[in-house]
Amino acid sequence: MSSVAHRYGPYGGQYVPETLMPALVELEAAWASAWEDPDFRAELDGLLRDYVGRPSPLYETRRLGERIGYPLWLKREDLNHTGSHKINNALGQALLARRMGKRRVIAETGAGQHGVAAATACALLDLECIVYMGEEDIRRQQPNVARMELLGARVEPVSAGARTLKEAVSAAIRDWVENVDATHYIIGSAVGPAPYPAIVRELQRTIGDEARAQLLERTGRLPARVIACVGGGSNAIGIFTAFLEDDGVELIGVEAAGEGLESGRHGAPLTAGGKAGVLHGSFSAVLQDHDGQILEAHSISAGLDYPGSGPEHAYLRDSRRVRYVAVTDGQALETFAQVTQLEGIIPALEASHALAWVLANPGGELDLVCLSGRGDKDLAEVIALSAQA
Amino acid sequence: MTPTQSGIERIAAAFAGSGKRAALMPYLMGGFPDIERSLAIGEACVQAGADMLELGVPFSDPLADGPVIHAAATSALAGGVRVEDVLGLAASLARRVPVIVMAYANTVLRPGAEQFIEALAQAGVNGLIVPDLPFEEGEEIARASELAGIALVPLIAPTTTEERLQEIGRRARGFMYVVSVTGTTGERSAGAGTFAPLLARAKASTAVPVALGFGISTPAQAADAADAGADGVIIGSRLVRAAGGANDAASEVGRLVGEFAAALLPRVA
Repeated sequence: MSSVAHRYGPYGGQYVPETLMPALVELEAAWASAWEDPDFRAELDGLLRDYVGRPSPLYETRRLGERIGYPLWLKREDLNHTGSHKINNALGQALLARRMGKRRVIAETGAGQHGVAAATACALLDLECIVYMGEEDIRRQQPNVARMELLGARVEPVSAGARTLKEAVSAAIRDWVENVDATHYIIGSAVGPAPYPAIVRELQRTIGDEARAQLLERTGRLPARVIACVGGGSNAIGIFTAFLEDDGVELIGVEAAGEGLESGRHGAPLTAGGKAGVLHGSFSAVLQDHDGQILEAHSISAGLDYPGSGPEHAYLRDSRRVRYVAVTDGQALETFAQVTQLEGIIPALEASHALAWVLANPGGELDLVCLSGRGDKDLAEVIALSAQA
Repeated sequence: MTPTQSGIERIAAAFAGSGKRAALMPYLMGGFPDIERSLAIGEACVQAGADMLELGVPFSDPLADGPVIHAAATSALAGGVRVEDVLGLAASLARRVPVIVMAYANTVLRPGAEQFIEALAQAGVNGLIVPDLPFEEGEEIARASELAGIALVPLIAPTTTEERLQEIGRRARGFMYVVSVTGTTGERSAGAGTFAPLLARAKASTAVPVALGFGISTPAQAADAADAGADGVIIGSRLVRAAGGANDAASEVGRLVGEFAAALLPRVA
């Protein structure tokens, strides 16, 4: 057995068709060897520096900080090439695909940020790229669809179910079952069967490692609280990991409360609680009915519109190391406009959830928020919603 | 079926006593097009020569299934079909032939493995297939199945390595489900040439019968599977497509099953 985690407490595992098991074994071995290979790390680090623009800046807000009355720092993943943290993972996994000799890459996308990141990495490394995307998300994230196609990727519309992220992941997994020999699946979040949650966490932990060092250098102290939005949970696990051993630092994951937790129309399985279940290959917090049918999530933010969550998050919730809370569509929309006007930064609707929670629940000492992506992709949807209101 | 016969024994008897070159196992989606008609479809299958039935429990996110079975599950769920309805169907059909339930891992784990398998046993179900449960994750379900006398039937695929095959073959109960192609369920044109090497590997790994499924959509392919050494043949998407298309779904599915059964009869020398 390698050292790659399969279980986080009771969560995680590999609930996939037998057809995929040898590919997961191969992936785990390839990942373990790549991660220990200085040449692989050097190539990835070089690209993260020169191509992505890492380290991303750590920025102390001016007017937002004034508004809440204490220092609020943002980790600026929105300034990465392609506009979100997703590129950290996509580049690492695309390099891994090339190393495994797999020239065909598939990915799923909700908001389109992971799809754009995967398409970008594949363009750079000359890999074929197919992105599965729900028809509803194609409608609400048009600019990202155009970007993926311009980058040479093929966007495959998914018409099943609610035509959002859950169905896109399912379609990608089915494609992988059909084409496993020559294909690598670049999953976009810290979800899926082992070893994916561990791979995505390692590729995203640079967010927290950098932020922790930057904040110590600038202020000489650690944050009182670290806040990140959670859909599948990759930016959150990326920033939390560096602080897990810092007992004094409170960690808060913000899920999508959609139309309100009590409405049942939300994307907050960790906050809502309930029995854990299997979705997309791992056992974790999930929205399900009494028969174990997975329920549709709802969020204004396509990236948080997902009924599952990464297995490590379920473990961190149970162990009480991270507190999970939820913010409604309305709160996120209001914050989207407020942050844009006060700070001159358009946050993605996903990250607007994390910021909304801070504005509604000020801590008073020093907060660090992961600004996981920029909101340009959301403009059309937000303007359309404002016109309706 | 005698009251003391376990699911494993009843399945073994069905393979041994099929009177065909390979036992015929139609798959039907429980509750598709609706509960009443899927019962009629199951009975028509038995009438037409099915030796066992594989009964699918509709699941919202069936990762091992192609478009036809996925759509049938979605339609059954939209029609309000519950797990208990499918177990009711299973109970009726299990009076006629052995019934093997195919349920995804979350369907089993939601009530708890023990509770779910106890409910299967109560319904007279003889076997269980969980298409997203590799042996690494299957210990609890295997233990509960063993206690209840339910055969936990594993799947192997063309991608399965020799090392995994030995592990799976050792654990197999009832029969081993050999996935004929690298892919999800659905109709395909693969034939004897691709079946034989995989079936030979499977048979060498286990003491239980081996049944071939995924992609078998014509009687000629079923005959090829028997020629290639399959002890059983599973027909899924072709029949589910017929169940969703015909006005009189039961007689159409029955007619097709009859053709498959005829193709599997012993050849007259």
